[in-house]
Amino acid sequence: MQITLFVPCFVDSFAPRVAESMVRVFERLGHDVRFAEAAVCCGQPAFNAGYWDEAQSVAERTLRELASAEAVVVGSGSCATMLKRFYPRLFAGTSGAEAAQDLAARSFEFAEFLVNELGVSELGARFPAKVTVHDGCHALRELGLKRPMRELLSHVKDLTLVEMAEAETCCGFGGTFSAKFPTISRAMGEQKLGSARETGADYVVSCDSSCLLHLKSLGARDGAALGSVHLAEVLASR
Amino acid sequence: MTSAKSEFQERSARVAPDLEHRARMTRQLRLYSTQRAAREGAYGDFQAARRAAGETKWQALMALDRHLLEFSEKLEARGAKVHWAADGAEARAIVLDVLSKRQAKLVVKSKAMTAEEIGLAEALAERGIEVVESDLGEFIMQLRKEPPYHIVFPAMHLSRDEVGELFHAELAAERTDDPEALTMIARRVLRQKYVAADAGITGANFAVAETGMISITENEGNARLGAALPSCMITLVGIEKVLPKLEDLALFLPLLATAGAGQLLTGYNTLYAGPRAPGESDGPEEYHVVLLDNGRSELLADPELRDALRCIRCGACLNVCPVFRNVGGHTYGTTYPGPIGAVLTPSLRQQDGFEHLPDASSLCGACSETCPVGIDLHHHLLEHRRRRAVTDPSPLWHAVFRAYAFVCARPALYERLISFARFGTRLLRWAARIGVAQAARLASERELPEPAALTFRERWRRR
Amino acid sequence: MSDRPAMLRRIRRALAVPGSAHVVREVGTSRPVEAVRASLLPGGASEAERIARFSERCRELKADFLLLDEVSRLPAALAALVEREGFRRIATHRSELTDAACRDLPASVLDTNGGYDKHELERADAGITACDALVAQTGSVLVSSRSAGGRGISVLPPHHVVLARREQLVPDLFAAFELIQRRYASDFPSMLSLITGPSRTGDIERVLVLGAHGPKRLTILCA
Repeated sequence: MQITLFVPCFVDSFAPRVAESMVRVFERLGHDVRFAEAAVCCGQPAFNAGYWDEAQSVAERTLRELASAEAVVVGSGSCATMLKRFYPRLFAGTSGAEAAQDLAARSFEFAEFLVNELGVSELGARFPAKVTVHDGCHALRELGLKRPMRELLSHVKDLTLVEMAEAETCCGFGGTFSAKFPTISRAMGEQKLGSARETGADYVVSCDSSCLLHLKSLGARDGAALGSVHLAEVLASR
Repeated sequence: MTSAKSEFQERSARVAPDLEHRARMTRQLRLYSTQRAAREGAYGDFQAARRAAGETKWQALMALDRHLLEFSEKLEARGAKVHWAADGAEARAIVLDVLSKRQAKLVVKSKAMTAEEIGLAEALAERGIEVVESDLGEFIMQLRKEPPYHIVFPAMHLSRDEVGELFHAELAAERTDDPEALTMIARRVLRQKYVAADAGITGANFAVAETGMISITENEGNARLGAALPSCMITLVGIEKVLPKLEDLALFLPLLATAGAGQLLTGYNTLYAGPRAPGESDGPEEYHVVLLDNGRSELLADPELRDALRCIRCGACLNVCPVFRNVGGHTYGTTYPGPIGAVLTPSLRQQDGFEHLPDASSLCGACSETCPVGIDLHHHLLEHRRRRAVTDPSPLWHAVFRAYAFVCARPALYERLISFARFGTRLLRWAARIGVAQAARLASERELPEPAALTFRERWRRR
Repeated sequence: MSDRPAMLRRIRRALAVPGSAHVVREVGTSRPVEAVRASLLPGGASEAERIARFSERCRELKADFLLLDEVSRLPAALAALVEREGFRRIATHRSELTDAACRDLPASVLDTNGGYDKHELERADAGITACDALVAQTGSVLVSSRSAGGRGISVLPPHHVVLARREQLVPDLFAAFELIQRRYASDFPSMLSLITGPSRTGDIERVLVLGAHGPKRLTILCA
């Protein structure tokens, strides 16, 4: 199958290993992986802040770049949500409405794609560590995804999964929210880190790099060693 | 001059890092979550019940005029008086008029968010009428001269020690921190008030159109006492509280209890159909119901946000909101805090200055997920943001996003900026290391995420 | 002082505004009652199940539930309760069950029928009432200002004792509201109340305390 990766801007620049891991995982499964290089961003930052004109102009570019992709896979729950749930809303009543609906139908979050579309859960991965899972809000509530990530982790060799209390509670990043209300954002992140640390896990795993980056930046200040790793990186490990 | 927004920023910056506050709120709210999950699990199909409730509330709203008419006609046929108040000023005037005609000096009041909304207690106090809050949590907050912290649990943020100190100071009670002993102190004080009160003022959870009845939900029995003993009873109710049929309560009473407090059913669910009826042993001679608009009919005209009028004031959205947990109920500065407050307040009349509330959210969606009638709260917050960006954009953020859109349309420019940022961060770290104070401060504010040595794009090209 | 015509006009104008495409809901026919009923908690298909459920709920609510073999045993059971609890002053009202059970009690009796002195009711140790129904699903007692001696008697004294027949035990709230409609048609009492356990509060640190304002004890004698 031809799989086109849409790599969000922050993954591209701050967490490129995530995208690399996705490539490795798909190529090992024998798929043809493309990369939509000219699609820089899904437009969510502007969309969430209410600046829909600006969001639309960014989204139009992405729509065009992804127009011919058979299946678009995104390594981020929030960006996948943008494509699947919010593009139809953003383009409703405009000439892009049909294209947006079309793209929504062939876009998938990474874990969702593996488990639900490819029907694959066992990837021959090995990650010897104790991990706990953080459910990013978009993947969880907008896309209804909780099971796929856990299903995939259950097949990783030597990995122990421990659920944290309040795994579904927001980490506090929220895009511009963390810039506008940094103390609240920080408090939320600290609570999440606390829940994660209580499990004694070595790593917190998530499908959203934005959550992981947020937790990492807070955790670093506190010094305690809790690693953060994206699901794709775990699945690519041998 | 402080604005509501700067007050919000100041308060939240003070409360969010408060570890004691955080621990207390977390303990209480986790308890709620556990209890709620257990109760939900006992339902035949909680999500189906929720959908049915959501639809019923749409039906109630979409024929609101008809239902309000039926409600008032049925209730008045049994000797009650129904008043229609356009806003808080009219509602206050109606209540004052009723009380002054009865020369009421002492009023016992049970929980009514609408009374908070219109500043009723202050208005009565100004006229020399003593108002006693009878709900224990509200009683505590009245003694502290503070507004409630939560619409269902007014004193949730206080420790037993703090309540003990308060009662000792304000009621000359023996010092104790035992919740049972403290409750008994309040019980003794309030008992005398019920018996002596000239009037009882209540809020309402539902207004049943079919039978013309007011439905009041409580655990303590204080509203029941206020409705039993004084010779005059007044109920304040928002017009959106309408339910079409009596049997709808069979669905809504359990949902309210489960969503609001993780209970199967609240202690007292009482229907009031009029003043004392002929042949009855007690009850008020006069029963007045004040229907309050105060911006609700305006919100009803909003094609999207009218959804928020389906709210049954259970407080569940507050309970699951991580922002509420971390900033507490006094940070918002509004009658209704939390997600529902952030949706309603910017829309209700005479509530300018609260446009920042929809921004103070990560849009996690826990509120929408938990709402027993399925109000799309977090998407309404997004809608508020969209409207504001159109009508009153922030010059700074608009410029930021225009620049952002400009860059995203030009991948080559984006890549150049990333390498510049990479260079910039390294420069900053180097400056911090060699002791440039400002650089150190900036670098330490947040552990700056460092752009990777090679972006994915660059790596891909090297394959 | 009434804004009624203006308010109704505002509401009608507001309702004429069509809803947003992505928010508009189906406002057609309601779901069938049976489907809604099934989505809630069960009440119990048989009398035995209903009694078991009601009993379990009372236990959870810390209400006392005594099941007696027959109605004729009520007076003795009540007398034993009065003695056990040391009631010296009780309040009650006229009804079939209370008349029989309260006739020879070793306590002074305040009859609320026809009106009463608030201060006397305040001094009562217990209020003894009949009820309209018991609800298995929720463990509730349905009383009204007509069937159970008024509004105050079931909430002011610190102990509320309910006398009921087992035929009064209905499965769930839907049945309770059906009963209300049937029994009272359009001549409703001024107050109807579903009492679920003794009075309670969790307002101080979420610690459960009984007897916040209403009765600390609720005893149901059912025959």
